[in-house]
Amino acid sequence: MTTVTRRPEAATLPAPARPPRKRGRGLLTIALFVLPALVLFLLLVVAPILVAIYASGFKWNGFGGLPTDFIGFDNFTRLFRSEIFTTDLWHLAVLVGLCVLVQLPLALGIAMLLNQRIRGRSLYRLIFFAPYVLSEVITAVLFSLILSPTSGLANEIIGIVGLESEWLSDPGTVLLSLFLVLTWKYFGFHMMIYLAGRQNIPEELIEAAKIDGAAGWKVFRHVTLPLLGPTIRISVFLSVIYTIQLFDLVWILTEGGPAHASETLAVTMFDVGFDRAQVGYASAISVVMFGLSLIFALGYQRFVMRRDLEGATTAMGDRR
Amino acid sequence: MKRTTLPLHAIAWIVGAFILVPIVYALIGGFKSTDQLSVNPFGLPSPWNTGNYTDVLAEGSFWRQLWNSTFIAVLTTAVTVALSAMAAFVFARFAFRGRELLFTLFTAGLMFPFAVAILPIFVMLRTLNLLDNPWGVILVQAAFGLPLTIIILRGFFRSIPGEIEEAATLDGCGPFAFFWRILLPMARPALATVSVLAIVGSWNNFMLPLVVFSDELSWTLPLGIQQFQGQYSSDTSRILAYLVLAMVPALGFYALAERHLIGGLTAGATKG
Repeated sequence: MTTVTRRPEAATLPAPARPPRKRGRGLLTIALFVLPALVLFLLLVVAPILVAIYASGFKWNGFGGLPTDFIGFDNFTRLFRSEIFTTDLWHLAVLVGLCVLVQLPLALGIAMLLNQRIRGRSLYRLIFFAPYVLSEVITAVLFSLILSPTSGLANEIIGIVGLESEWLSDPGTVLLSLFLVLTWKYFGFHMMIYLAGRQNIPEELIEAAKIDGAAGWKVFRHVTLPLLGPTIRISVFLSVIYTIQLFDLVWILTEGGPAHASETLAVTMFDVGFDRAQVGYASAISVVMFGLSLIFALGYQRFVMRRDLEGATTAMGDRR
Repeated sequence: MKRTTLPLHAIAWIVGAFILVPIVYALIGGFKSTDQLSVNPFGLPSPWNTGNYTDVLAEGSFWRQLWNSTFIAVLTTAVTVALSAMAAFVFARFAFRGRELLFTLFTAGLMFPFAVAILPIFVMLRTLNLLDNPWGVILVQAAFGLPLTIIILRGFFRSIPGEIEEAATLDGCGPFAFFWRILLPMARPALATVSVLAIVGSWNNFMLPLVVFSDELSWTLPLGIQQFQGQYSSDTSRILAYLVLAMVPALGFYALAERHLIGGLTAGATKG
């Protein structure tokens, strides 16, 4: 836990630097330094989440202090019976599936490619990452123009080979179109994570495998890929947590339409809570999002990332 | 080895085109009239038409939104980094009962999706009369920025050798002086990284300003862009010009702070 290495002379000094010395006077210092952050955090992060959980048990329009009209789990039973909620979950599953099966492998492939010594790779890296820096609003407005069925660039491009699509206006293609935009914006981010992970793999291991006669794909499959495991698991984790709360892009591109075909949990929550002032019901949706994130995060760390959190990466294990 | 790079270049070119075509389309499309754009979506503009860009730049609203976004981003960053540095200092270099518990509370904040809190935050800000007030956005963004910033800074503060603190103490330096005069200057690279992350996060935020600001005068760029699209929905090339101008600060900042941004994001990712 504490790093007590590299201090052989500590015994000769009046007191060791860290533990007991700062007790007496320290408490006031500690309070002065931690309280501002703690107060802000409790007030604006923890309390709102507790209020959301509390409010999910009430029929409430958001006005007049805390809610009073207690209805138990009615908001949740209503939610679980609602068709929109079921489709929200389905969209979540589809988008997560597409991200994990298409976007992340693509990002991994490109990262491996850019790890080669090809000319201009730093320029490629710079370009591929650029969309991540743009806001989701810019991305969404740009693509709402590009994917417009009547005058958009996308139809002009696929028109060259005689195709056309309704893109965001067709319930059958809206999720795929949304995924296309997500990939444009986010694959560069995952690529960067993989590149950073790849650069942490000692080159000797790769060389050793090559000397042992393994070539190209085999080196990747049996040496690089396993060693990238922790990095890949983290990028999957980030991808899922992000998709659970996906809002900005969808809100601007489709508002969840057409006919709820691209609606996400956050969009439903926003629509119900702000546009229809059913704050109690919307809070129940928030709580479900919170629960999903929490269960996923804890389960994932417990069962999937466990190996990464112990052993080699002590700095990480430390934190949990 | 040499001959194998051609297919690699081909793939890189295709991906590069996928990324760049939308941005270049916006940039060039901004120089066309909307009629030109629908007749000639690919080619260069003829004639080059600077009206869209100059019109947007001549409007006060673009500059006002730019100012609002900057103001909010700078203050969010100042609050986030100042409070996080103080807390991280204590978490890194003091031993006291409950330290790990408190620290875990902050790190758990990484798992709280912002969308979950938005309704209660809205109700709370309305009660406190902070709607249409930039501080309503600044304080909430700062609060949600604390966990990651504290984690990164604590890691950095811990890596500073104890001998330096001992030497400072022997020279009569109290914890405040040590924090202010020695630790913070030494932590400049880490402070730059977390500042860049806070600026980008604030700059791109949409959901919170969307519910906090109803008065056009307080809008940030993302709100302005969304509204501009609604207002000129049939005038595509004008929207493209607005988009391009709104991209300039973000891409310029990226060009300047690329190293900190990427370093911070990958560090943040692996520490989340």
